[in-house]
This record gives sequence, C-alpha cells and structure tokens, in this order.
Amino acid sequence: MPRSAVRNAAAVGLATGAYGFSFGALSTVSGLSLIQTIVLSAVMFTGASQFAFVAVLAGGGTGAAAVATATVLGSRNAFYGLRLMETLEATWWRPFAAHLTIDESSAMAFAATDKRAARTAFWATGVAVFVSWNVATIVGSLIHFLGNPTTFGLDPAAPAAFVALLFPQLRTRPSRAVAAVAALVALAAVSFVPSGTPDLLAAGVAAVAGCAVHRATAEESRS
Amino acid sequence: MWPVVIAGSISCYALKLLGFSVPRQILDSERARNVAALLPVALLAALALTQSLSTGHHLTLDARAGGLVAAVACTAKRAPFLITVAVAVAVTAGLRAWT
Repeated sequence: MPRSAVRNAAAVGLATGAYGFSFGALSTVSGLSLIQTIVLSAVMFTGASQFAFVAVLAGGGTGAAAVATATVLGSRNAFYGLRLMETLEATWWRPFAAHLTIDESSAMAFAATDKRAARTAFWATGVAVFVSWNVATIVGSLIHFLGNPTTFGLDPAAPAAFVALLFPQLRTRPSRAVAAVAALVALAAVSFVPSGTPDLLAAGVAAVAGCAVHRATAEESRS
Repeated sequence: MWPVVIAGSISCYALKLLGFSVPRQILDSERARNVAALLPVALLAALALTQSLSTGHHLTLDARAGGLVAAVACTAKRAPFLITVAVAVAVTAGLRAWT
C-alpha cells in the first residue's frame, strides 16, 4: 500500500475525530444512552445523519421524523455507491464496502488517478475514519458522566455543526439559493406542522430545485 | 428509543447498500444526481435555523441566535470544526449569563 494513501487516510481520520467527539457529547446530552450512541456511530455511520437524528429527537420531534431526516440526509451515500461500484469491482465484500461509503472515503476514491489507487484510497480512508469516528464518539459521550447534562448548555452545538457541514457545499449559486429558500420554508412551517417535519419540507425544496436545475441545463444544451 | 435508533441505523445502511446493488441506469439520471446534491444543502440550512430560532411551535429570538451568528462567523473565517462548535456554545452561554 502506497505510503501517501496511508498518510492521507490517517489525516482524514484524525480530522473526523473532532466531529465524532462532538457527536458523542451531543448524543448523550440529548438523552440517548451510551450504548445507543455507540450503535449509531457503528451502524448508522454517516455523520450529518447522526447529528440530525439526535437533534430532531432533542427538539421534541417524533421518532419517525428523526428516522426520515437521517435517511434523507444519508441518500447521497447511495449515489456515492453507484459510482464506487465500478471502481471497487465489489464482490462478496460489497456489504463491507457499502458500510464504509461516506463523504470522506468516496471523495478520496474519486480524487485518485487510477482504479488501483482509488481502491487503496477508499479502503484506507474508510477504515481510518471508522476507527477514529467510533473511538472519538465513545470519548465524547463520556462527558455525560461529568455532571447533569442540562447544565452544559450544549444546545447551540448542533446548529453550529450544521453550519460547519453546510458551508463547503455553498459554492454554486443554485446551492446558495436552495439553502436560503429551504431555511425560510422550514422556519415558516414551524408553527403549523409537527416538530421535526419543517426540515423535511426543506427537502421538498431541494427536490423541486434539483428538477428545475435539470430542466434549465437541458434547455441550455438544446439551444 | 431503541426501535428508533435501530430503524434509523438500518435505513441509512440500506441506502448505502442500495447504491452498490441497483443496476446503474435506475438511479443514474442527471435529475436524481442534482436532487441528491441539493438535499444535504436544504436540510442542513433548515436544521441550523429551526434549531436556533424556534422552541416547540414558536419562533423565538434568544441567546441561541447569537450562537448561530458566531458559528457562521467562525466557519466563514475557516475555523476548525471543534473551535466553531466551542465558540457557538461559549457565546450562547455568555449571552444567557448576561441577559
């Protein structure tokens, strides 16, 4: 295995540790048990979905709203898998490759110059992030044992995490417009729909905008 | 809480496996890719604002709004993730102590 791939994987793994630590703290402070927090990081294993899942529950949303929000946020992983399938030539270990399919491992694989390097980058990054994410989750969740969780005042931590995850995705004009409209729609809906569902209405904005962008590009290429 | 944790975990894993399992042409349309790229943008923006500016079914303006502004400022200045979260928590706590 090339040394640079290992070095990159280790760097990305360490960086995601910070997110894992925050998730562990937030999850247990939000009322999930230590074991439930560990299961989320080990099995759900997709950062933004995990943050959204505990935030919706902490905000009084129903279990169904939490599951739906996490699922919609995790849908991008299906599209990573679609592209990775060709590169990885997955066989019996397909379920393992699927489990390690996240933003970081996919990005490293897509950035590689050839198939062999892509495979190495995917597995090295996926394993490094998985180990680091889960260890950091456990360390972060131990904050729960330091005292009464309600005194921590960690409620602004989740929105801050969402802002940090959102910013790198705002490079194009359509994405900035979608972010603004989606946020306004969700805020406007807060008083009228059940807790946890305003954010799902925002997903509807993305669906409509995604189709509109598609039509606009199609018309552009025709003319 | 356990059924919700398990349902959410299985659902997210099933989506990953779906990508590796379906024939390419079913999911691989330009339109589906556009929508999938915009979904996290819409959800994260909505979550950040509803979690900072509402309590139950009411829009509220309190110390958390200060935390949100601090988080935006930190991210715009390319602060590391943990610093961004820590500053947002500290600013909110400061505003709460002050008001």
